[in-house]
Amino acid sequence: MLKQAIERLGNRTLQGVGRIGFAIRFFVAILLHSGTAFRRFGLTIREMYFSGVQSLIIILVSGLFVGMVLGLQGYETLQTYGSEDALGILVAMSLVRELGPVVAALLFASRAGSAITAEIGLMKATEQLSAMEMMAVDPIARVVAPRFWAGVISMPLLAALFSAMGIFGGYLVGVQLIGVDEGSFWSQMQSAVDFEQDILNGVIKSVVFGIAITTIALFEGYDAPPTAEGVSGATTRTVVTSSLAVLALDFVLTAFMFRGLS
Amino acid sequence: MQHDNLVEIEDVAFDYGARPVLKGINLTAKRGQVIAIMGSSGCGKTTLLRLIGGQIKPRQGTVRVAGESLGELNQAGLYRLRRKMGMLFQFGALFTDMTVFDNVAFQLREHSDLPEDAIRDMVLMKLHAVGLRGAAHLMPSELSGGMARRVALARAIALDPQLVMYDEPFAGLDPISLGITGNLIRRLTDTLGLTSILVTHDVHESLKIVDYVYFVSDGVIVAEGTADDIKASDLPYVHQFVHGEAEGPVTFHYPAAPYVEDLRLGGQSA
Ligand SMILES: Nc1ncnc2c1ncn2[C@@H]1O[C@H](COP(=O)(O)OP(=O)(O)OP(=O)(O)O)[C@@H](O)[C@H]1O
Ligand SMILES: [Mg+2]
Repeated sequence: MLKQAIERLGNRTLQGVGRIGFAIRFFVAILLHSGTAFRRFGLTIREMYFSGVQSLIIILVSGLFVGMVLGLQGYETLQTYGSEDALGILVAMSLVRELGPVVAALLFASRAGSAITAEIGLMKATEQLSAMEMMAVDPIARVVAPRFWAGVISMPLLAALFSAMGIFGGYLVGVQLIGVDEGSFWSQMQSAVDFEQDILNGVIKSVVFGIAITTIALFEGYDAPPTAEGVSGATTRTVVTSSLAVLALDFVLTAFMFRGLS
Repeated sequence: MQHDNLVEIEDVAFDYGARPVLKGINLTAKRGQVIAIMGSSGCGKTTLLRLIGGQIKPRQGTVRVAGESLGELNQAGLYRLRRKMGMLFQFGALFTDMTVFDNVAFQLREHSDLPEDAIRDMVLMKLHAVGLRGAAHLMPSELSGGMARRVALARAIALDPQLVMYDEPFAGLDPISLGITGNLIRRLTDTLGLTSILVTHDVHESLKIVDYVYFVSDGVIVAEGTADDIKASDLPYVHQFVHGEAEGPVTFHYPAAPYVEDLRLGGQSA
């Protein structure tokens, strides 16, 4: 009984490690076969439309609401200390450093990541990828790499839009609704938000998230068993794994970026 | 140097996991011939085509195409060789995110720098040959099974390859399209001097157009010969296949435990 359980555990661990190994090799293969994605940039643009533009609505709407909530909650807290003028700082900092990259990435994982996995998985299940190989066209270069770069480029742009909408939402609630002073809202924000420390770090985060999400989504699709259950299972795994990866990476990156900041 | 045999398969064996599928196949296809591979469902015909395309590697034996041994080629070499091959997949495998036109144009766009005008003409010619020029703008999801198969046929011959492999080109076709498709395969082979390997169950249609037939059973070639040999053959296997008889050496069932045992009718108490 116990022996079997331990055996199963060992087996699962080995399988898991094996899959991570495959995923890393897959990632390297994408990088090595990225020539086509840049030489024929139209392919990448097309995928940016599918994964980026189609995530736009959900990103914009969510950003607005998150910003509005930040405005309300931030005002509540700041008001107790009599510093509601700093609302602009609070809203902008939270969005640019954390919420923008992270929430946009979570939304991107469930909107675009799952779609990528399902698409690649179905292309594999219906032998479209085999057919492409038989036509002497490398599916990694032609199908996978453009989707990868499209995701990596789209992610920081979407995060930026999310943050912009969020700041607008915070402004709507804080300034227009509650009546925080408009001048101090913007000027405090401008003087406090640092380009390198805040904006650049936020961009770096979302690029890393973009790499993680698209790699996981593409790998799950490419590795999916060629059946309906296989593809649906892979789609679910994409959302779960890439969401966890985003949150874990966020902790690691934050620890490096903002360590020892007063 | 021109080899007389475009495809040479020597003593090839292949397993899926622990299950042996092919156990020592010898087969050659001469240039300009139409070869048919026949055998009962699940005997490994599609697997054989995948071996010729270099998509899977044999456990034993060699596959040579145009004089090159596939086992010794790296990926670049394999891709170079595949430009000389066309393959019609058993289930079509059309790219579902492209129109019929773009599917057929795919290889021309990937592998040549031809201007779009020239590509257009070539694609329409191929589509015309399979009778679907009018369907060029449709998406694969808007095609019937037989139409999709004909588009896949047009796509397989788009680059005028030297070798075309057809995995069941006749499945799902009405008698008229069936005859036309058979003639098309024969005509392409003769006029373009290419070599065709045909996997099919349609004995009567294919015997009209093929030069040479191989019968696969239980992982080996059990019979071979020209179309006339096959029609005249009195080998029990061939006879059964050509006449579609239920009783004979060809088994309809996938290997299994005895039926009686499976149904628990063996008389043992439950
Ligand atoms: N990916 C796979 N994994 C494991 N076994 C497989 C796989 N593909 C095929 N097989 C097995 O190999 C055998 C040969 O399959 P193959 O597809 O070559 O048959 P086939 O002769 O083309 O049959 P059909 O005429 O029905 O298309 C089958 O018995 C099948 O069970
Ligand atoms: Mg088959």
